[in-house]
Amino acid sequence: MNRYQQIKLAKQIGKWALIAVIMVYAIFPFYYAVITSLKPSSELFQVDFWLSSVDFGNYAQIFSQDSFIQAIGNSILVAISVVFIALLLGVTASYALGRVRFRGRTTVMLVVLGVSMFPQVAVLSGLFEVIRTLNLYNSPGGLILSYTIFTLPFTVWVLTTFMRQLPMELEEAAIMDGATPWVTITKVFLPLMWPAMATTGLLAFIAAWNEFLFALTFTLTDSQRTVPVAIALISGGSQHELPWGPIMAASVTVTVPLVILVMIFQRRIVSGLTAGAVKG
Amino acid sequence: MSTPATESASQVGARSTKGGYRGTKVRRQRVRAAWMFLIPMLVTLALVAGWPLARTFYFSFTDASLSDTAGAAWIGIENYLVFDDGNWYGILTDPVWWQSVWNTLFFSVVSVSLEVVFGIIVALLLNAEFKGRMLVRAAVLIPWAIPTIVSAKMWAWMLNDQFGIINHLLMALGLIDAPLAWTADASLSMWAVIMVDVWKTIPFVALLVLAALQMLPKDCYEAAEVDGIHPVKVFFRVTLPLITPALLVAVIFRLLDALRVFDVIYVLTSNSTNTMTMSIYARQQLVEFQDVGYGSAASTLLFLIIALVTVLYLYLGRRQLGVDE
Repeated sequence: MNRYQQIKLAKQIGKWALIAVIMVYAIFPFYYAVITSLKPSSELFQVDFWLSSVDFGNYAQIFSQDSFIQAIGNSILVAISVVFIALLLGVTASYALGRVRFRGRTTVMLVVLGVSMFPQVAVLSGLFEVIRTLNLYNSPGGLILSYTIFTLPFTVWVLTTFMRQLPMELEEAAIMDGATPWVTITKVFLPLMWPAMATTGLLAFIAAWNEFLFALTFTLTDSQRTVPVAIALISGGSQHELPWGPIMAASVTVTVPLVILVMIFQRRIVSGLTAGAVKG
Repeated sequence: MSTPATESASQVGARSTKGGYRGTKVRRQRVRAAWMFLIPMLVTLALVAGWPLARTFYFSFTDASLSDTAGAAWIGIENYLVFDDGNWYGILTDPVWWQSVWNTLFFSVVSVSLEVVFGIIVALLLNAEFKGRMLVRAAVLIPWAIPTIVSAKMWAWMLNDQFGIINHLLMALGLIDAPLAWTADASLSMWAVIMVDVWKTIPFVALLVLAALQMLPKDCYEAAEVDGIHPVKVFFRVTLPLITPALLVAVIFRLLDALRVFDVIYVLTSNSTNTMTMSIYARQQLVEFQDVGYGSAASTLLFLIIALVTVLYLYLGRRQLGVDE
């Protein structure tokens, strides 16, 4: 083996070692949560790298609590409603911003972008008042309303990017045939926008599913909580006796659907993230 | 797929064909329809963002409490700074506030720097051809897909002082003699929080950088290889300057996110002053101490800091993302 081949081999080994390190780093914490959740409570405090036996006791325990099931229901209700509202308002707005040239368009785009940069805490007290005035405190409605502050600008921004890339000829044909803008959107663009809407909808769903600050502040009782808050507030007898088994079981339960979705739609998610450059 | 460059290309296309029906009835109808379509979105944003923000500014000059925001009385800048009976009071004199400002800046700068360095490494690796690349890319996405609360809890368990696997491993390797209290120890807890945030956010940075890498022209790399230039030199002289625009976008997005960080810290270390950030400070005043006036003053200061960064972003964004005509 000459020197050139040696260097090449060393490079290959280095590359695969780096890949292995990255894989372990990315996957291990979740893997460890899964193992912890499947351990019987008697073995919880010994460190194991794999399971000797599988015990669903932790899962049985969390699913026997009504509040956890209600939290899952609330999270699903809130996330789906938020996605629906954001897409409905987003598609029409992105048509206006992406296809029509008018005075003030740049300003609207900058306002939308500006809102997506808002620190959530900055609107907390004002939003609290709005939600209480509308009688939505401690209800999913208050969360649906407040979540539009981060899902809507993002949806508008990404859909506008997609909308701009569609060829002009499509719309010209529709205008020649005398179609109104509304007909143009529903008949011409909507069929072409489904992939983009699926992507943005999925990203908005993930953002709503994961939100914590508003959900913590605008709900009060266990039955109105969303999943992240429910998990964060699981507590044991004292600060030092957290029930780690059930916490990990709840964590895995709410994460597995997301991980599966992300794996299935990873190409779309990557393109959506790149277009919007927004963290989920 | 859609990157700043392709977007501005389609803009050019739109511009060259638009002239056909300018000033006609159709065009006026389109502009009217555009505003009709925008109004529902703008009204919603005004309700959830514009108005609440204005109220927060207003509350910061009042003595509002959480139970009674309507009966708030105007007290000027007393929440910020007031001289009373020989002493200065107000948020600007509160050492805990300044501690949380410092914590926020420290957290943001350190975690974003680490994310960028590791993000570039991961992106460079994913940009190379190898068997199973798709599988690795999918695996790298996992931390991003996990809710922040869940990742904070997962790491809290791994970092547990008595039973955590990290202390177990470090002790087995002989690196430490006694278990470390990662989330409780004043000198360690900030690093624990940074560690979790970096883990969760590397995928985001890596994907943005990867998208930029995939758009780079192949020919200058071939030229560099023919000339026998060292790959490290090629990276710093060719790759890095070319991906700088994408990197800037990623950095500013991450920075804005890091400056308002709340959930990961709240779950890992609760209200401990060692890791308290501006968001945690403001929420504690608002909700736990029910002092809406004082908490709003803190929120307003946080908003001003972030607005400063946003202005910087918009300045760059107009050029990067092609918002402007």
